[in-house]
Amino acid sequence: MSTVTVQLFASYAESFGGPTLEIPLDPGSTVGDLVHSIRSLPGAYVLPESPRVAVNRRFASFDQVVDPRDEVALIPPVAGG
Amino acid sequence: MRRSAIVTRAIDPAALMAEVQSTEFGAISVFAGTVRDTNDGRSVTAIDYSAYTSMAESELESILAEAQDRFGVMGIVVEHRVGTLALGDVSVAIVAAHAHRAPALDCTRFVIEEIKKRVPIWKREHYADGAREWVDPTARGVATT
Repeated sequence: MSTVTVQLFASYAESFGGPTLEIPLDPGSTVGDLVHSIRSLPGAYVLPESPRVAVNRRFASFDQVVDPRDEVALIPPVAGG
Repeated sequence: MRRSAIVTRAIDPAALMAEVQSTEFGAISVFAGTVRDTNDGRSVTAIDYSAYTSMAESELESILAEAQDRFGVMGIVVEHRVGTLALGDVSVAIVAAHAHRAPALDCTRFVIEEIKKRVPIWKREHYADGAREWVDPTARGVATT
């Protein structure tokens, strides 16, 4: 089984205790599957019901398939401006 | 012309205006977001801004392309600052130039609202009592700038 690196920022990096997570990935796994796996980790209490996920620097839907080489990030509620 | 950037230095809105200056424009609209001394009833002393920089730059560029299509602005420049900002510092500046005022004004409003929805930038406020907290606009449902 391969893994994918998930980048974390701001409050999420604090809650999970670091800037990245390594998440096991079955072939054909989707963004939704990834979020489901992350929910079992300590620190996941910080995640809202439907956290925003970016794949290759674009917001992704939960049914998008993830490749181990993708640049994946969990995006906390944005607060620019 | 069109330019957007995440910067770590002070933002000079006058310099951004100079970038788009042209005699073909009758209006240059400038929006500057600044660090306020209170939020949600608490006394704020500073704000740390951080970003997923590569995605933030690409989202800013997408927003500006959409703004140019929508409003026909001929010049548009945006800078957003990251790092620790003091009270009164400019955190974001948007400059939009058009032959007429309405599209220029509407454009700056559009760009700041889109930034608040979709550009991966976060802020952690420092409070007078020593606490520091991440700002979550989805939790309070109130604009913070």
